[in-house]
Amino acid sequence: MFVGTVVYALINSVILLLMAIGFNLTFGISGVSNFAYGAFYILSAFVTWMLMNWIGVPYFLSAVLSIIFTAFIGAVMYRFILIRVRGQVLSEVIATFGIGLIILEFFRYLGFVGIEYSLPVFIDHSFVIAGTYVDMQRILIVVFCIVLILLLWLFIHHTSIGLAFRGIAQDERTALTFGIDSDWIAMLSVSMGAALAAIAATVVVPLGTISVGEGYDVLINALAVCIIGGLGSTGGVIVASLVVGFAQRFTDTYIGPHWTMIVSLVAILLVLIVKPSGLYGKQKELEERI
Amino acid sequence: MKKRKERIDRGIKVRSGDIFALCSWREMLYLSGPRLFPLIACAVLPLVLDTYWQRVLLSVAIFGLLAISWDILAQSSMVSLGQALFFGMGAYCSGAMDHYWHLSPFITIPLATIMGGVISTILLLPVLRLRGIYFAMVTLIIPLMLVRIIEATKILGGTEGISGLTSLPSHWIELYLSLAALLAALFGFRRLMDSDYGLVLKGINDNDRSVMNAGINIYWFKAQALFLSSAVGAFAGALMTHVYMFVGMPVFALDYSILPIAAVVVGGGGSLAGAVLGAFILVPLSEALRALGGLRIVFYGAFLVFFIVALPEGIFHFITRKYHQFERWVEVEK
Amino acid sequence: MSGTPLLQVVELSKSFGGVQAVNRVSFDLHKGELLGIIGPNGSGKTTTVNLITGFVKATSGKVFYQGRDITSWSPHKIVRLGISRTFQMVKPFYQLPAFKNVIIPLYSPRVKGLVGGKYGDRSAVALDLLEEVGFERDAQVAYKVASVLPQGYLKRLELAKAIALQPDLIILDELFSGLSLAEVASIVPIIEKLLLEGKTIIMIEHRLKEVFRIAHRVIVLNYGRLIADGPAEEVMENEEVKKAYLGSED
Repeated sequence: MFVGTVVYALINSVILLLMAIGFNLTFGISGVSNFAYGAFYILSAFVTWMLMNWIGVPYFLSAVLSIIFTAFIGAVMYRFILIRVRGQVLSEVIATFGIGLIILEFFRYLGFVGIEYSLPVFIDHSFVIAGTYVDMQRILIVVFCIVLILLLWLFIHHTSIGLAFRGIAQDERTALTFGIDSDWIAMLSVSMGAALAAIAATVVVPLGTISVGEGYDVLINALAVCIIGGLGSTGGVIVASLVVGFAQRFTDTYIGPHWTMIVSLVAILLVLIVKPSGLYGKQKELEERI
Repeated sequence: MKKRKERIDRGIKVRSGDIFALCSWREMLYLSGPRLFPLIACAVLPLVLDTYWQRVLLSVAIFGLLAISWDILAQSSMVSLGQALFFGMGAYCSGAMDHYWHLSPFITIPLATIMGGVISTILLLPVLRLRGIYFAMVTLIIPLMLVRIIEATKILGGTEGISGLTSLPSHWIELYLSLAALLAALFGFRRLMDSDYGLVLKGINDNDRSVMNAGINIYWFKAQALFLSSAVGAFAGALMTHVYMFVGMPVFALDYSILPIAAVVVGGGGSLAGAVLGAFILVPLSEALRALGGLRIVFYGAFLVFFIVALPEGIFHFITRKYHQFERWVEVEK
Repeated sequence: MSGTPLLQVVELSKSFGGVQAVNRVSFDLHKGELLGIIGPNGSGKTTTVNLITGFVKATSGKVFYQGRDITSWSPHKIVRLGISRTFQMVKPFYQLPAFKNVIIPLYSPRVKGLVGGKYGDRSAVALDLLEEVGFERDAQVAYKVASVLPQGYLKRLELAKAIALQPDLIILDELFSGLSLAEVASIVPIIEKLLLEGKTIIMIEHRLKEVFRIAHRVIVLNYGRLIADGPAEEVMENEEVKKAYLGSED
């Protein structure tokens, strides 16, 4: 029982991390908080589903196409809407939130509700680990997530675009004077964030069905993890998803499934009381800001 | 021939702007017109509308109050995405007092206004130190999580909610009470925000360190603003509970968070009047769109995005400008 | 001068990460004194002020004001004791007219009761204060929104906001930087007048000429350490000070 819970808690943490990493990346680089993040997650899942079931594209190809499509939508959103309100935090939030609403509620309106809207698992197989059944998909998620984080790290630290990303994240104006086109980089960051949402959807959605409500849950989970970890800090997000993931799974097993959200809420409030900028927040605290 | 648009204050504005220059009925009307108009509209509208549209007017008042509550917070440097928290707190407080203690609505509504305000303020105290986006994120999350908590603990009626609550004596009282509250909040808080106290709140929004450097405890002031705003929201919730004679998880729904923001965005922030104007436009519009079903929320979203990008100052500021100034084209080059 | 000092700074230190911004700085300040703090860029002058006024928490060391330990108090509490300051990077309320900028400090608990509370009372006081620091009343500059004011007026606005609090100790953080000679010349008499009124003043300055002309005492910081303390002429003869200033220009 205990070991099983640990295994599932670890998987839960990894799922949370996958959900939050894109939001965190976009915010960390360009300061844009993309509240359409959950909508992108669902959008890509539905696009994959439509490609498979309406056109008959093979699963892996449609997943890749849908990731590219979502990244493209993210870029379009930045290029035509966000660019006009860039820097006005409130307007950015409202605009992206509005876009998220449009996407999610449009799917609901079209009637995309029900258990037939689901994606197949990659490999249908399961293991027994310490007396607990764990299916192949969940194992793959963990492996996949580790590879993804490594690739992201390599990308950010060993490519010229990654260097530009870090430059913009440090100081946008200084980066501008070095000839980095901040609008282009910000567009890339929003687009990459969207693509990461799509990637998360591709691997996580096969565990359940695609539902519109999940879009809001993904956004909430991403926000919760990012707030606890400290916005814009990758290490913080990893630690926070472990904290929240374990806390949620253990409450689920030992107290009751309905209590998981309370754990997240309490965790958020506790962390914020002790450290307003999150566990590893780079946002300087009040006394340090001058 | 090149032309340039020139914008000049109307003479009547310049003369009536100073109280000493008021010397004709026309000038007095010019000054008082914009203030009397909402008063008269709120007094007359219920009499001329049928029952269905009276209900719509009631929701206009409720959402107008929520929008005012949002605007007060936003002017005091706190951008909230969770007005539903205040609304729901007020609703549950009055619902519970009615259900468990059988108090009259005329006691539960004022009590719930204060209790809802206090509880919401205490819940958000830990995040008062956060600014901008951080505060917004936490306020978005809290009401959605409270729903789960009610679901999990099955307190206060759990998923079913509490029904069969006492209603107000007549629907005229409901309607006029809500409209009176709307006007009181509009004029009262406009005056407050114009006073030196409001100036401090606006100062926190502009530059919080400078306010600290003036020997003012910004957290204390922010907490006060938070209480005022959440009390307004809680009042709306408490009133609505007695109108529907029901309180349940939908009171924490996203609608109560989004529509007020949309109203302020459409009407224009920073004046409170814009918030009310926005509610007067959006709520009837959403009733008219009711036939579209789920597509309604899609329209909200589109509205939000359109106004944020195309008319960020909002309709109210646009109207104010037209009222006080005139424009003309002048030649700059032949 | 004798008696308990107004302000006592004891072994004050602050490090940001690995950088020692202020390193065991100690000095005393007596009532009615004008103390100049000078030093090359990055020598810890502004950080010292931030430490005294509570905007930055000290790593170690103590600050006493009128014998009370005020180390690590919140800035607003320190202001209420009677220490007010200006910021090197001006921090006006950009969306408000200049005179409303001054109303906010007038609303502070320290001076709130002294001016009438009726609508418009504080505006009148604010306009008087602004005229005192050189906002010409006829030109209506005080009614302009702060975001359109030129730097010279913004610096004076900072000064007006600090004076509005009726402080005993005023800390001027590079008030003269970015100002023309004429503007400096017009502000110096205001500072001299404040001294005559019995206020104590700390000036952080880059323009050594003005400081040496009006300061009673000068302390010199370099790399976060206090390297000299004394009357202006004496300090300028100090070998270490000469080295610090010449060295920084290599």
